[in-house]
Amino acid sequence: MPDDLNWAIGGEAGDGIDSTGKIFAQALSRAGRHVFTSKDFASRIRGGYTAYKVRTSVDRVESVVDRLDILIALTERTIHENEDELHDDSVIIYDGERSTMQDVEVPGDATALEVPLKRLAEDAGGAIMLNVVALGAACEVTNFPIENLDESLEKRFGDKGEAIVENNKTAARKGQEYVREEYDHDFGFDLECTDADYVLLNGDEAIGMGALAAGCKFYSGYPITPATDVMEYLTGRIDQFGGKVVQAEDELAAINMALGAARAGARSMTATSGPGIDLMTETFGLVATSETPLVICDVMRSGPSTGMPTKQEQGDLNLTLYGGHGEIPRFVVAPTTISECFWKTVEAFNLAEKYQTPVFLVSDLALAVTEQTFPPETFDMDEVEIDRGKVVDEEEVDAWLDEKGRFQAHFAAADGISPRAFPGTTDGAHMTTGLEHDELGRRTEDQEVRIEQVDKRQQKVETAREQEDFDYREFGDPDADTLVISWGSNEGALREGLDLLDDEGYDIRFISVPYIFPRPDLTDEVQAAEDVIVVECNATGQFADVVEHDVLQRVDRINKYDGVRFKADELAEEIKQQLAGEAGTQEATQ
Amino acid sequence: MSSDVRFTDFKSDKQPTWCPGCGDFGTMNGMMKALAETGNDPDNTFVVAGIGCSGKIGTYMHSYALHGVHGRALPVGIGVKMANPELEVMVAGGDGDGYSIGAGHFIHAVRRNVDMSYVVMDNRIYGLTKGQASPTSREDFETATTPDGPGQPPVNPKALALASGATFIAQSFSSNAQRHAEIVKQAIEHDGFGFVNVYSPCVTFNDVDTYDYFRDSIVDLADTDHDPSNRDQAKDKILESDKEYMGVLYQDDSSVPFEEREGIEAPMNDVPDGAPEGAMDLVREFY
Repeated sequence: MPDDLNWAIGGEAGDGIDSTGKIFAQALSRAGRHVFTSKDFASRIRGGYTAYKVRTSVDRVESVVDRLDILIALTERTIHENEDELHDDSVIIYDGERSTMQDVEVPGDATALEVPLKRLAEDAGGAIMLNVVALGAACEVTNFPIENLDESLEKRFGDKGEAIVENNKTAARKGQEYVREEYDHDFGFDLECTDADYVLLNGDEAIGMGALAAGCKFYSGYPITPATDVMEYLTGRIDQFGGKVVQAEDELAAINMALGAARAGARSMTATSGPGIDLMTETFGLVATSETPLVICDVMRSGPSTGMPTKQEQGDLNLTLYGGHGEIPRFVVAPTTISECFWKTVEAFNLAEKYQTPVFLVSDLALAVTEQTFPPETFDMDEVEIDRGKVVDEEEVDAWLDEKGRFQAHFAAADGISPRAFPGTTDGAHMTTGLEHDELGRRTEDQEVRIEQVDKRQQKVETAREQEDFDYREFGDPDADTLVISWGSNEGALREGLDLLDDEGYDIRFISVPYIFPRPDLTDEVQAAEDVIVVECNATGQFADVVEHDVLQRVDRINKYDGVRFKADELAEEIKQQLAGEAGTQEATQ
Repeated sequence: MSSDVRFTDFKSDKQPTWCPGCGDFGTMNGMMKALAETGNDPDNTFVVAGIGCSGKIGTYMHSYALHGVHGRALPVGIGVKMANPELEVMVAGGDGDGYSIGAGHFIHAVRRNVDMSYVVMDNRIYGLTKGQASPTSREDFETATTPDGPGQPPVNPKALALASGATFIAQSFSSNAQRHAEIVKQAIEHDGFGFVNVYSPCVTFNDVDTYDYFRDSIVDLADTDHDPSNRDQAKDKILESDKEYMGVLYQDDSSVPFEEREGIEAPMNDVPDGAPEGAMDLVREFY
């Protein structure tokens, strides 16, 4: 059995699935193992099927696969939901004494371990700990030292007092002992521990941490799945750095408050998901025209309309790229990994302030809810650089006054970037407006001034193209005839999928693009390849469209829009079919 | 802040395009006067406006200013004040801007009680779009879009404010320059959200709620025994829909502004050159 283990706990929402999964993931991480988690959940508080999956290995893991080795099933449905991923060596742990689980049919030759989770939990002090009994049983099955659970239990239950922590430790051991006594054999798993120190975090947390590292002081948002974790992370932490989170009454208020704070000089941000972006769209133009630096984060989920709120999709590319009436200069940056969620957030703040524009930070549900292990130095705070752009203080402000002593907040500089005076700066008082305006910020309909100001704002994008490195990341063989391109969270699954294909003799070049606008010019790369496939989680191939637009050449597409992220092995199969000239299972029909 | 600031220092050199005789001239002059008399100057003042005739005000005043999108001026003002509590923030709106498209923000701005002032130029009509019914138009007021009148009672913004937990509710009349400036001044000096509904007549499209109508019907609360600290009295006055009052209807002297309760003390405009000190602890939390 390879060291790479896929583990899951599933049951009804409200059963504590999330926290149990997290306890196990943390224990593995603390034991020096890499972890990659994923969640299946429905848009409801209690009931329905929900699962927390953990993939772990001593080597880095970057994706999920179509295989499940250990399944803790708190409901019968959990087994059915995961039937396709179980194999002959899988182990299912369930409570056969519970009335709802007495007639469980185990698929194939998988091993079923009946463990009286509830009864053992009651023996340890309360039925509520049955999930922890199951964790103990899982430790025994996988040969994972149970002591590793203890710290995670302390972290999870420490606030509730020592007695609760101790009861949970006892519950875990009862599960372990039961399996040892009743099923005295080797299941073939062995989870090696190492001395490595890892941190375990998800994409929303990485965005929040990136915002704090970048000096973000003001955040206003409205709760929405799957972006709310950004707000929850910042709440309580931002105050330590002199900042504030405000839960606004709606998304319109959220973005306008963030805009106000940004004009007052705070590094400022809002985060939402697609429906919230729709509501904020009116203000995008104001942010751009008033030349206010603002980071607007879109953690995408399935659309359109309310769509599937708890499911994965990358369907908002066009919305962030083109949303808003009129023509709006903007940046669209899309992290491709959880660690990039951190670094691209830092970059987004710098871009916003250097160019005084809205910056869309586009993440997705797969990044948001996935937790992954990293060496802590991945987030080396000494590497964080802050660039506030052309802020002028009281000494410098004179250089930007017109002949009547008025501050030219929209001065048409050759690089498109005007001076910026924070309110409170002596002699810096000025007007700004969403109406077309002159260099003083005053409304105008003068044709020449209109052209000058439009050109000035657009010039920022050109200046950024010259000054910044809007590049891509590259994997595989740079000379391969097959080129695969993707954006966003697919990078991990593609990297692993391409490794699988490499084992089978396929030679592939992979380009992962974290910049949607401005974006790298892929003309040479596309033209050099015989087969070009753009992979993304949407039905129409929005990124493939922009590649075709840029390169003036047709590309092939692999699109997935069933609400589930790409899995590495599934993706490898799709690419094989595509190269063999067969239609993929969810290939867009165009 | 300097003590020799005059209200004309808040005037820009842009000529207003309001109709001759518009109530907004008086409303704006009173705002500038109140700002100067409360010790503010253009460099520490931030004026936010929405859309409509009222929204033009930022252009005609000299200060830090933002003219935003329709109905969203209040959230912008809240963001400005929270990010820099040292600034004097004044939001100007109209009855359409504030009580129709922005009604939700109004309720929440009131209950949030950020220390700023909100001056609404209420002319009971949509002026800039040429004469349609507004949320404060009378039920039988005939307009281009409501030839038989709106057929629904007008919004009572003061009642809305009171019900939402307002700590300062006042009403004034733009043509009574002295009283108007005084009332706005009290709103500025109030520790919290100072809401002033100003009767600011539209001479072009509203021939019912005219200067003459207000002059004849308005009662100055200063001439009565009204006690603004008495919420019940305020409620009674506010619910008298057939009366027009001028002055402070309600003021809660124990009001503590939101940003003070939230512990915001310093401007948020200072950012170090790199990650803030102790940032590595943020990473270690994820062990």
